[in-house]
Amino acid sequence: MPKKYSLIELEQLANSIRKDIITMLEHAGSGHSAGPLGLADIFTALYFDILRYDPKKPNWNERDIILLSNGHCIPVQYATMAEAGFFDKKELLTLRKFGARLQGHPERLRLPGLENTSGPLGSGLSQGIGMALGLRLSKMPHRYVYVVLGDGELDEGNVWEAAMLAPKYKLNNLIAIIDRNNIQIDGPTESVLPLENLKDKWEAFGWHVIEIDGNNIEAFIDAAAMAKAIVEKPVMIIAHTIPGKGVDFMEYDFHWHGKAPNHDEAVKALNELRTLGGKIRSEHE
Amino acid sequence: MSDLFLNDYAKEDVEKVPIRKGFGEGLKKAGEISEEVVALCADLTESTQMHLFKEAFPDRFFEVGVAEQNLVTVGSGLAAMGKIPFVSSYAAFSPGRNWEQIRTTIALNDRPVKIVGSHAGLYTGADGATHQMLEDIALMRVMPNMVVVIPGDSIEAQKATLALAKDSRPAYLRLAREATPVLTTEITPFEIGKAYLMREGGALSIISTGTMTYKALMAARQLANDGIEVDVLHVPTIKPLDAVAIIKTASKTGVVITIEEAQINGGLGGAVSELLAEHKPTHVFRMGMNDHFGESGTPEELFEQFGLSIKHIVLKAHAVLSELKKQ
Repeated sequence: MPKKYSLIELEQLANSIRKDIITMLEHAGSGHSAGPLGLADIFTALYFDILRYDPKKPNWNERDIILLSNGHCIPVQYATMAEAGFFDKKELLTLRKFGARLQGHPERLRLPGLENTSGPLGSGLSQGIGMALGLRLSKMPHRYVYVVLGDGELDEGNVWEAAMLAPKYKLNNLIAIIDRNNIQIDGPTESVLPLENLKDKWEAFGWHVIEIDGNNIEAFIDAAAMAKAIVEKPVMIIAHTIPGKGVDFMEYDFHWHGKAPNHDEAVKALNELRTLGGKIRSEHE
Repeated sequence: MSDLFLNDYAKEDVEKVPIRKGFGEGLKKAGEISEEVVALCADLTESTQMHLFKEAFPDRFFEVGVAEQNLVTVGSGLAAMGKIPFVSSYAAFSPGRNWEQIRTTIALNDRPVKIVGSHAGLYTGADGATHQMLEDIALMRVMPNMVVVIPGDSIEAQKATLALAKDSRPAYLRLAREATPVLTTEITPFEIGKAYLMREGGALSIISTGTMTYKALMAARQLANDGIEVDVLHVPTIKPLDAVAIIKTASKTGVVITIEEAQINGGLGGAVSELLAEHKPTHVFRMGMNDHFGESGTPEELFEQFGLSIKHIVLKAHAVLSELKKQ
C-alpha cells in the first residue's frame, strides 16, 4: 500500500512521470505522446492515492485492478509503475525495444503488474465487467476494478455492448474513466465521429456520471471517492484532459497523438517540465 | 477396434442425439465438479444447451444479450479472476464476429476461456449460408495458444466439455445442431490432443473429424463389402494435432482422404496436408467445402449437393485407389 502523499507531492510525482514519458518516447523513437502526458495526473492519483496494491507482490490477492483499455497510452502506466517501485526506472529506456518487457502495447504476460493485454480498442470495459463479476462471485466486492478508456476508443461498438451490460448487473465495484481529450489520430473527435453529448449518453445507458477536470489531481481523487459511494450503478468519470499536458507545443495538437518527440523536441519538452512551464529558472537559460 | 468400445453405430435404428446436447450436459456436470466454472451466453441459451447449467447454477450464469464481442471479453475478465468461463453462441457469430477480441484478450492474454460455437457446419441446414459456419476451424487453428476440439457425437462432446473445464488453455469447441448418430459409449476413451483409430485396414486412410466420422465409418463398411479395408482415424482435436497417429496411418497406407463439414482450406484437410507434407509426404485428397458457401436445405440434401454423403466417400475411395493403380 502506498503511503499518503500531499497534493504538492502528488503534483511533483506527476511532473516526474511526464519527464519519464518524454525521455522514454524519445529513446524509443516511436509511440504516443499526447495521451500519456494528459493522463499523468490521473495515473498519479490512482497509483499514489487510490489503488490498493503491493509492487513487490503484483499478484496480491487483495489488490485493486487497473485496466488500460486504450493500450497505446501505456507509456504513462509504465512510467507510473516504475515510479511506484514495480521495476527500476532504467528499464523505461527499453520501451518498444526487442526483448523488452515494456512492449509497444501492453502485454500482461511479459510484465508483472499489468492486468491485461490491450491495444486493439474497445475491449477493456468488457474485461473490467468480467473482473467485477468475478470478484463479486469470489466474495471480494471490496476490491475495485478501474478501467481507463480513451475518447476516440468510444467509436468502437464493443464499448457500447459493455455500456449496456454493466448497469444490468449493478456493478458498483466497477469505476470507469474516459480520458476526454478530444483528439484521435485523424483529428478532433467531434469531426471524426461526434461523441457528444457524452454525459447524456452514459446516463441514458444507466451509468452514474461524474464530470471533472482530469488534470486536477484533487478533483480526480474526490471523484473516485464519490464513485465508491454510488451503490446501485457503475460509475463513469468523464475526465476532461489536455492532450500533451505540460508541454506547450504538444498541448491540444492532434498531430502529437501518435508521435514521439525527436531529440531537440525532447530537450525542449524536458526543459519546460523541469521549469514547470517556465515558473522556475532553467539551467539552460 | 474393440478397445474403443464403440456403439453399434451401423444398426438401422442407431440412437441420434444433437452434439450440442452432450455439451449442455457436460457443462452442468463441470459446474457440479468445480464452482469456478461459469457460463455466458449471447441470447441463445437453450439453442446452445446452456439452459441446463443456467437452471442448476443461476448465480454463475450471465446473459449478455446479442453482443458477441462483449461475450468473449467479459469472459476474459472472468477468467482473469480465476473463473473457467464457457461462452456460447452460434459459430458464425462467435468466433465469426469477435475473432480479434478472442485473439487479443484470450489467446495472446492467455486466459482459459472456452469458446463454444454451436450450429457449425452443414448440419445447420435450413438456416442457410449465413448461419452455416464453415470457416471456423481455419480461423481458430491459426491462433497461437488456442486448443480446437470437434467432438464426433454427443457422448464425446460431454467428455470434451469436462476435459476442457479442467484444462488451463484457451479453447474452441465446435458443435453441430441436428441430431447425429451416437458412435461412442461412456467408456470410449477421450483425451484432448488424441486421435483415435476407429477402424483398421490397409488400403487407404480416411481421416475425419466431428460428425463426418460416422459417415467415414459407414463408408468404410461399404468399402469392406467391396473387399477394400481402410483405416478410419477420428480426429476430435484439430489443435494440438495428433501428429503421431496421423503419420502412423499415412505411413501404413500411403494415401489419405480427409473429410470435414467445413472449408478444406485451412480446415482438417489443411492441417493434415501441412503435417504430412513436412514429415511424411503422402498423397492427400481433401473432402469438404472447397471455397464456396452452403445454402438452405436439409442436412442430407446439402451433403448430397456438396459431395459429402456416405456414397460420395465410397466413390471417392474407389476413384483414388484406381487412379493410384494407373500411376
